[in-house]
Amino acid sequence: MIQQSGTEEVHPDVLLVERAKQGDVAAFEKLVKQYDRQVFRIANHITQNREDAEDVVQDAFLKAFQKLDQFQGNSKFYTWLVRIAVNESLMRLRKRRTGKMVSIDEDVQTEDGAMPRDLADWSPDPEALYGQSEMAEILKKTIQGLPEGFRVVFVLRDVEGLSTEETADTLGLSVPAVKSRLLRARLQLRERLAKYFRKDGKNGGGK
Amino acid sequence: MTCTEFLAQLDELIDDEATASLRADLEQHLRECEHCEITLNTTRTTIQIYRSHEIYELPEGVRIRLEQAIMAKCRKC
Repeated sequence: MIQQSGTEEVHPDVLLVERAKQGDVAAFEKLVKQYDRQVFRIANHITQNREDAEDVVQDAFLKAFQKLDQFQGNSKFYTWLVRIAVNESLMRLRKRRTGKMVSIDEDVQTEDGAMPRDLADWSPDPEALYGQSEMAEILKKTIQGLPEGFRVVFVLRDVEGLSTEETADTLGLSVPAVKSRLLRARLQLRERLAKYFRKDGKNGGGK
Repeated sequence: MTCTEFLAQLDELIDDEATASLRADLEQHLRECEHCEITLNTTRTTIQIYRSHEIYELPEGVRIRLEQAIMAKCRKC
């Protein structure tokens, strides 16, 4: 962090964005290198397609570069970039599912109760139960089963570490809507992972 | 507090956003309900596992190709 006038902290991105706005391509390149992995991850989670995710990385950064003038600096550059990437990802998804409406505003069940609960305790070290690639497959398969509107909230908030407010801002949702979806997403993922990670583990039916 | 009420406010504990009195109520329920304690702990584990595993890794070769493509387009803007 860089101190400005002794009080306000200025994020290092702010200086890079300012330089990029004045045509310094090398400054923008630093921002690309800083965030391309995250954009790729988010795009992959939404599109569930590797080629689409690669295209989103290119399109999102190009769009960000072209629209830098519109970036006001009242939000973080990263949050602004993620918003572009989410929109690009949803557009790709729509193209693939022609005719089927895709939206993070889709009607999702958010009421409490009714959901069955796996009450078994988990192995103290679930990660020791599976090899690395097997674990990655389990996690991928499990999160892919979530409704889109839940998945994207969980990814931004819990995986990428955006705040509730930033997630709401990025997705154009209210804070209560983000909170409600996050809770349902967390509980549904826990429920789905239980069959792999419960104490009777691999014999418990997950495989 | 019922289990349904506890689950509805589970995130307040996970995200450490509960007020002192709510926290006391939630912790009281936890002392009495093993099922909710398991749910809380395993939900925390769920988040931690997703946070620590890179499911969609961007291979370095692909990354360099994408960066070069992006920068080539930006220079033409």
